[in-house]
Amino acid sequence: MFEGVPLTWFLITGTIMFFVGIYGFLVRKNLITILMSTELILNSVNINFVAFNKILYPDHLEGMFFSLFIIAVAAAEASVAIAIIINIYRRLVNIDVEKMDEMKY
Amino acid sequence: MTPNQLMFAIFSAVIIIFSILTVTSRRILRAATYLLFVLVATGGMYFLLRFNFLAAIQLTLYAGGIVVLIIFSILLTSHIGDKLEQPDLKKIIPAFLAAAAGMVITVFTILKHNFPQEVAAGTDRTDIRVIAKSLISTEKFGYALPFEVISILLLAAMVGAIILAKKRND
Repeated sequence: MFEGVPLTWFLITGTIMFFVGIYGFLVRKNLITILMSTELILNSVNINFVAFNKILYPDHLEGMFFSLFIIAVAAAEASVAIAIIINIYRRLVNIDVEKMDEMKY
Repeated sequence: MTPNQLMFAIFSAVIIIFSILTVTSRRILRAATYLLFVLVATGGMYFLLRFNFLAAIQLTLYAGGIVVLIIFSILLTSHIGDKLEQPDLKKIIPAFLAAAAGMVITVFTILKHNFPQEVAAGTDRTDIRVIAKSLISTEKFGYALPFEVISILLLAAMVGAIILAKKRND
């Protein structure tokens, strides 16, 4: 049981974090900062899942398992994204999204 | 103010302030450090909600793994002294408007919806034995299939990352 903090507070924190991530995703040009914005978005979703789980259904664990799988997917995504970024840097000596305007051929 | 509310206020303030700093900081290494603070505060929020196992995973995998990976790639791909160029206003204003509009709509919807006010009664089931049994169970509320699928996904991501980042001699 968890008392004292209403569910809406958690949801509002998650919402603010999510849309800050969206803003960073739209504004930033460096690929790594875009990746960091993606991590913010994934984390805000985790907060929502966990808060719903604990406050509305404390005798289930579904929200926790969803967060667990989201964290695993985020780890896989970050590793592949960084491999791609390093590959791009090796070819173009730059990781600016606006300078990447050609594909392999 | 109860202790729960106080801790929630601290974690929430850290999350909001440092996530804004993460997307606005012009030094990329500092942005990564602010992201680390956000992730640690999120882990604190899981501790507050008594999800001890999830909080440990958050700290080791996110704060310990992904942030270190990001910092290594920053060190490989950019010069430390460099500042990122300021994005022009033509780009900031639409992005800010889109994010603010989305935030206003979502917060409005959350506040308007009637969530059950009293906390649902129930026993805490965050015991590590329960978690472990659910992860390998094929019964109802069992997660054996997603567990196996995620292991294959992680293997594929590992192989893919090695092949992509490998030096090719063509």
